Amino acid sequence: MSFVSFSPLPCVLGIAVYWIALGILGLTQRADRDAGRILYAAGAAGGLLLAVTAAWALGDAPTTVQLPLGLPGLPFHLRLDSLAAFFLVLLGLAVTGISLFSTGYFTSGSTTNDRVTCLHYHFFLAAMVFVLLADDAYMFMVAWESMALVSYFLVTSDHRFAEIRSAGFLYLVVAHVGAMAILLCFGVLHGPDGGYTFEAMRSADRTPFWATTAFLLALVGFGAKAGFLPLHAWLPEAHPAAPSPVSALMSGVMLKTAIYGLLRIGFDLLPIQYASWGVIALALGLVTMLYGVLFAAVQTDMKRLLAYSSIENIGLVLAAIGLAIVFRAHAMPALAALALCAALFHCLNHALFKSLLFLATGAVMHATSQRSLGRLGGLIHPMPWVAGAALVGTLAIAGLPPLNGFVSEWLLLQAFLLSPELPDPYLRMIVPVATAALVLAAAVAAYVMVKFYGVVFLGQPREPSLRYAHDADAWQRAGLLFLVAGCVLAGLFPVKVLHGIDHVATGLLGRGMGDAVGGHWLHVTPVSAERASYSPLLVLAGILGVVSAVFLYVRVRYHMRTRRAPAWDCGFPAQTSRMQDTAEGFGQPIKQIFEPFFRIEREMPSPFDGAPRYRARTEDKLWYALYLPLVRLVERIAGWVSRLQHGRIQWYLVYSFATLLALLVLIRCQ
Amino acid sequence: MSLANQLVDLIAALMLLTSFAMLAQRRLTALVDLLALQGVLLTAATLVAAWVTGHAHLYLSALLSLVLKVVVLPTLLRRLVRRLDLQWDREALVNTPTTMLVGIVLVIVAFNLALPISALSGSILRGALGIALASVLLAFLMMITRRKAVSQVIGFLAMENGLFFAATSVTYGMPMIVELGIALDVLVAAFVFGIFFFRIRETFDSLDTRHLETHPAGEGEDV
Repeated sequence: MSFVSFSPLPCVLGIAVYWIALGILGLTQRADRDAGRILYAAGAAGGLLLAVTAAWALGDAPTTVQLPLGLPGLPFHLRLDSLAAFFLVLLGLAVTGISLFSTGYFTSGSTTNDRVTCLHYHFFLAAMVFVLLADDAYMFMVAWESMALVSYFLVTSDHRFAEIRSAGFLYLVVAHVGAMAILLCFGVLHGPDGGYTFEAMRSADRTPFWATTAFLLALVGFGAKAGFLPLHAWLPEAHPAAPSPVSALMSGVMLKTAIYGLLRIGFDLLPIQYASWGVIALALGLVTMLYGVLFAAVQTDMKRLLAYSSIENIGLVLAAIGLAIVFRAHAMPALAALALCAALFHCLNHALFKSLLFLATGAVMHATSQRSLGRLGGLIHPMPWVAGAALVGTLAIAGLPPLNGFVSEWLLLQAFLLSPELPDPYLRMIVPVATAALVLAAAVAAYVMVKFYGVVFLGQPREPSLRYAHDADAWQRAGLLFLVAGCVLAGLFPVKVLHGIDHVATGLLGRGMGDAVGGHWLHVTPVSAERASYSPLLVLAGILGVVSAVFLYVRVRYHMRTRRAPAWDCGFPAQTSRMQDTAEGFGQPIKQIFEPFFRIEREMPSPFDGAPRYRARTEDKLWYALYLPLVRLVERIAGWVSRLQHGRIQWYLVYSFATLLALLVLIRCQ
Repeated sequence: MSLANQLVDLIAALMLLTSFAMLAQRRLTALVDLLALQGVLLTAATLVAAWVTGHAHLYLSALLSLVLKVVVLPTLLRRLVRRLDLQWDREALVNTPTTMLVGIVLVIVAFNLALPISALSGSILRGALGIALASVLLAFLMMITRRKAVSQVIGFLAMENGLFFAATSVTYGMPMIVELGIALDVLVAAFVFGIFFFRIRETFDSLDTRHLETHPAGEGEDV
């Protein structure tokens, strides 16, 4: 398709190297603040270039290159195909916004060591590029582990605080459990003669048992990074600990690399899928989604709320992937393509709006140094730019038309609604329940976002200092606006986006959505025009029309005959900020309805208490049911092992002596 | 049976005897003497091997053993014992008869273990391998049953003697470069241990390794 001779892979590699160079420059800079900040802006330019280059490569034939690095006889293989290109576009777009914002955010002294933070930040970006480009297991693991390590350092960039260090440790542990599962998965997947290039893995023959083992290992391994259900515990701890642009990168982009890995192994390296995998992924995705959204509803810390919301969105993507596998296993490629496109579209959307929202919380924290929803409120007045950007983000994540969140959720819903065509009767029975769960989660997600936006930006400030909060600076505004533009454009022109995504689906499934994107650019018609179609521009026109009609009507009908009179205070002589609904209050109905999901500790004041205080803590049951017993088990085993370690030299000698004798006897016995 | 074979068997028997003597000996000075005696036996064994095979480098190896194991190391150790004022110290042994019985069991085990390897070996010194292995194990046992750091070092050196004897008896000695390396290692180890002893004694006023037994986790006790 390109009319100039231009190969995207070296260009993408060049951008990764450019980011590494920026990181090293950041380390060598002086404590001079402006010089350091320019590096982030330069990184943003790289992000934009990456997005454009990768978009160019979408739909091209895969290109490969071998780097003369790595171990002798084991060079690094890189490959750029449509799947990688799509995730590179996602990475580039999100990074552009986040790096622009970071230019304004990482002022000197915002973290413990700014120069090291700059290094880690840019290395993190480069590591993600290499994860997406890797074409052999060795390169993939190197890039994957670099990404995990660097992100650990980013999470703990404020390592002065003990809770940040412990959150980082939890993240590191879960990341390594996941990496081990991925390593085992590659071990199972190896090629016919022990080759670990992806090329060899594609051509290998596997029994169904080993293929299933590989898929489940990939699900666990990438699930640990993405936050599938029992492995989600690090997300709500690590996100509040990290600086906001880092949270945005991790939630917006790094979680997507896990989805990329799952797709790469599930669809590319394992050419044959079984319906049971799809059912497992679907069920896991739905449970993760519901769990995430319910916990998001009861959070009182805005970054924890967004972290749980990320778990919900990842669950939705996983459910869509599961559905795609089910359809594919039943030889319904068109519907599989639809579900897969919905998953990919949602990945892109989530990268845009979740980054936007994390950056908005970053701006709020920067201005108010508050993270707790109970101490915020009314920020729309002092921070109109941030409030406006966050409004677009919340509307998009709540899945309202004409923004981008609606399109992907609607596509996924269409895929679910078409599943009665499945031949398997049991699946046909399960799917309506799954659809209901999906709708429930989407509705609660909207509720969560009303809570988030309403408590932070609307109402009255809950602390007097909030009135003097400063708005985002020009760089931060630029970053926010870039992501807002992404949300709006992807929402208004979904057909263009689907064109790009269709190449990925064609590459993975051998068949794309076909007519859905080939038709009119105005309408998205996933199956047929008779069945369902969606035209965001018409919806926008409708919304604008209704709003302006109502505005004019109110203006003409009421404002013409406005009476000016002393305000009736409704019986409230004074209205204070403590009278408005709190975050806890807003989450209370969810807490009541879904009480069995939570572990709630309440402290009730006695009726005779002069200064009563009510306190309630809502915690994750899984933490107590799964994580703490595991920790106790590990500690007990460590206790047993450490009994060997008592410092008595004679006994250490006895250990070596016994080992020596045992080995000698072993040799004798052979 | 040739004269050489008889000689090697004699030397091997004496090796085993000195190993048992070291296991039973309480005096540190006497232990050092026994170590020197082992050095002499080792030198003799190497000389016999050199005489049988006619390899010139084995004579050099014998000279090395003589200098290092009969002269240098025992002298070092004797001076160490004198400077640390340990001549009259008596090591509290863990139940000597039991130790000797365990030693006998070890010798049987060692012979059993060496059987297949001796059968493969074509050298004239084949019977000696079991004894060499036995003296390694007995030296190890000595290290386990002693408390004083000096006797553990002597045990370590005795182990090295046993290994060396095994090498001479099975393969007519190792390549010269390996032997030189080992000799240097042993010498350096002796120096390092010497420095260590002084440090341990400065810290604890004793060379008893019981003082090193505070747990690494350090339950309230400082090392």
